[in-house]
Amino acid sequence: MALLEITGLKKAFGGLQALGGVDFHIDDLEIVSVIGPNGAGKTTFFNVISGLEVPDEGSIVFEEEEIGGLEPSEITERGIARTFQNVRLFPDMTVLENVMVAQHCRTHTGVWGALLNTPAFRREERAIEERAKEILGFFGTRLVGYRFGQPAYVLSYANRRRLEIARAMATMPKLLLLDEPTAGMNPKETEELTGLIKKLRDERGFTIIVIEHEMRVVRDVSDRVVVLDHGVKIAEGSYEEVSSNPDVIEAYLGRPAEAG
Amino acid sequence: MTARPATDVDWGRVRAWGLYGGLTMAFIAAIGMVESLDARMMVHPVLSLGYLFLLWAPPAFGYAAAYEPVKEGMAAPAKGARDLVAGAVAGLLAGAVFGLFIVVAATFDLREVFVKLSPVLVDLLTFGRGVGFGVATWIVLSTGLGLVGGLLHVLPERGRAAVFNALAAVFVVALLELAVVDVLETFRLEAVERFLYAPNGGITIPGAVVVALVAGFVTLRTTGGAVLRFRSRYAAMTGEERRRFGVRWGLVAIAGLVVFPMIVGGLTNELLANVGLFLLMALGLNLVVGYAGLLDLGYVAFFAVGAYTTALLTSPLSPTLKPMFRLDLLTVEGWVVMAIVIAVAALSGLVIGTPVIRLRGDYLAIVTLGFGEIVRILFLSDWLAPLFGGAQGIRNIPPGYLGPIKVAGTSPQTIFYVVTIFVGIAIYVAWRLYHSRIGRAWAALREDEDVAEAMGIDTTRMKLLAFVTGAILASFSGMIFAVKVGSVFPSSFKLIVSIIVLVIVIVGGMGSIPGVVIGAVVLIGVLGGPTQPGLLAEFGEFKLLLYGVLLVVMMLRRPEGLWPSVQRQRELHQEEFLQDAWLKTEAAQAAARGEAPS
Ligand SMILES: Nc1ncnc2c1ncn2[C@@H]1O[C@H](COP(=O)(O)OP(=O)(O)O)[C@@H](O)[C@H]1O
Ligand SMILES: [Mg+2]
Repeated sequence: MALLEITGLKKAFGGLQALGGVDFHIDDLEIVSVIGPNGAGKTTFFNVISGLEVPDEGSIVFEEEEIGGLEPSEITERGIARTFQNVRLFPDMTVLENVMVAQHCRTHTGVWGALLNTPAFRREERAIEERAKEILGFFGTRLVGYRFGQPAYVLSYANRRRLEIARAMATMPKLLLLDEPTAGMNPKETEELTGLIKKLRDERGFTIIVIEHEMRVVRDVSDRVVVLDHGVKIAEGSYEEVSSNPDVIEAYLGRPAEAG
Repeated sequence: MTARPATDVDWGRVRAWGLYGGLTMAFIAAIGMVESLDARMMVHPVLSLGYLFLLWAPPAFGYAAAYEPVKEGMAAPAKGARDLVAGAVAGLLAGAVFGLFIVVAATFDLREVFVKLSPVLVDLLTFGRGVGFGVATWIVLSTGLGLVGGLLHVLPERGRAAVFNALAAVFVVALLELAVVDVLETFRLEAVERFLYAPNGGITIPGAVVVALVAGFVTLRTTGGAVLRFRSRYAAMTGEERRRFGVRWGLVAIAGLVVFPMIVGGLTNELLANVGLFLLMALGLNLVVGYAGLLDLGYVAFFAVGAYTTALLTSPLSPTLKPMFRLDLLTVEGWVVMAIVIAVAALSGLVIGTPVIRLRGDYLAIVTLGFGEIVRILFLSDWLAPLFGGAQGIRNIPPGYLGPIKVAGTSPQTIFYVVTIFVGIAIYVAWRLYHSRIGRAWAALREDEDVAEAMGIDTTRMKLLAFVTGAILASFSGMIFAVKVGSVFPSSFKLIVSIIVLVIVIVGGMGSIPGVVIGAVVLIGVLGGPTQPGLLAEFGEFKLLLYGVLLVVMMLRRPEGLWPSVQRQRELHQEEFLQDAWLKTEAAQAAARGEAPS
């Protein structure tokens, strides 16, 4: 049984069919890339899975349970975390706090624990902080040390993207959804992140769906590639299969008038 | 720098500020402030609060006229004689405009429109010596004071601070007359009192001179940047040192809070008690607005719920409940009352919160405002009068007790102690929650609600939690209020209460506990609450005007509040912070390369 099994997923915005019946599945420890031209519905696909948009039709089954229509926080609690194409950190919280706050659904002390400062509360606070530091350590020295106490908005663009991944990791998901993680990065940073995506799976055990427009990254990380166009899946297979598929080439190149 | 001729003045600026100054003075006189506030002597016998409200204008506007905006990338303009000219001319202009106003007020009877333009006012403005003398005096005075404003601009930073502090000290000593006299009398220092204050109010001239000299001298002698130095010292402390520092000063503060009410009189205690009641509410609202970012304009509803619940439970005239509880906070019976107050407040928080919690920003503000009014109107309604007493309210609320000590409005000192205990609890609650996963969730919620939800935070639940916690703190304030006043009426719970509590939070600094404390002390202590007088009791009808002016000035000049929270400061000063961070990284990198920092 697949970790995530999606059938006939539809989502329309007014008259615009952003997703026109998409079937999709991903197995444990797979890395699947979702590609497609601008406006193909990739981000919408993520929004629907993560609960930010309610699907019109279709089913989303995660670990054999239907999650379509649940609140985003419930979906995250079940083990799906995401990053955003247009980086959305908590800009005025510190780097460390950004990662600490994401452990909310994995921790439990309530008002009384905090008020009475119980040993359990203190232990949990320490654990939260330690885990946050450990997760930030995943990105080498870029987000550690004096960075812990800096507000997120002072970070460089690439570091913001990294911090967003760290924040998603902190929710301790099984499935990570990365929306264009290399957008705006230079070639060197892109290459580094390619390595990190693989490490996320190999060392950390995350199953990953990644939306990516950088074909080199797609080639290097994906076990399987899914191509969307106008909200419809037009191809699926290995990178080689997909990149030589005439429909895909047409989707990207065949309509120069509509390129956007 | 080349010297600039004294005539090289930005005349447009001078004209504008002079005009504003004159119009401000005319406005203040025309709305009746001068006349009403004339009753309060500040410096005996020359300066009443009314005149003070006119006299601050020429120097302030003169200073503004002398000020030249520094343009990005240009050297700051040289200071010199031109500043004096600008200040004096602006003052002259202000005086002339004001003189014109006096002439008009004296010549025509405009009381049909401007009810306050009475002959008494004209008499006051002309010092009872005729229009000609009055106008001439104002022009001369205003020019002189404008010159002082310009002079202040020329002075170096330190000198300006000294003059400013000297004036501020005289003002504060005159302002605090009530409390200072109490303290002096407790310590049998009548001689000092006679030197400092005139028998029927106001600081004496020798007293003012001494106070000004002391304050000015102290400012000149201290090296400046004391706050900064304290901050860096505090930042350098280890956790253990910080804890010890906190405990030490915490104990000092507690001792001060216990002793102070004993050495001051009833009026000062009354004032302190009111400050405490509003502070308690403000701390609660700070959780909702400052931490969770939910703009609640109907907060007074929970204050009302706390007061009414207490009244229903304890008053013999309670229309609903016959068993009459004795509110003794040291007995089980008292705890039962408190538990019921808490439960009812929490429940009302849930009832009001649940339907509105999904709304955002402006919508939330409007709907909560509506709910606040609905609650008051329900208490007022004839329909529910059998339950809550309608417009008659509920009277005869008996005093509370702390064991053998009676806590009642007749002894504001006891009210102050009780309210201080609850304020302590509120501060503790806010502080603990802020530094927990709940506080972090609130911060995330405030920054970006959708992302917070997507990161696994149950935003509905967290918002309700903030709402309910805030409601409980307000209900405590309501409970003490009911005991203090001895009766509750719907008219005590108007929208204005919500607004004033919100202003306290904003002016003090959203999300900052010390800020909220300072905000409550300054606003409620000095200006007073909606119906409670402050130190400047004479303000009466002008209180709301001053609240408004203060709010506008703060929003323009210091939007993060008097004592901002770290996060608010970050939000509002991102550029500076970015630059700081950049400099720090540069320095760190330079150090790493083994270079000395330049
Ligand atoms: N909230 C929304 N409201 C209206 N239209 C939307 C919304 N979100 C996305 N769309 C539209 O749906 C289409 C797919 O968008 P998106 O999923 O962002 O594409 P991609 O990520 O593949 O570039 C676009 O035409 C976009 O304008
Ligand atoms: Mg997209």
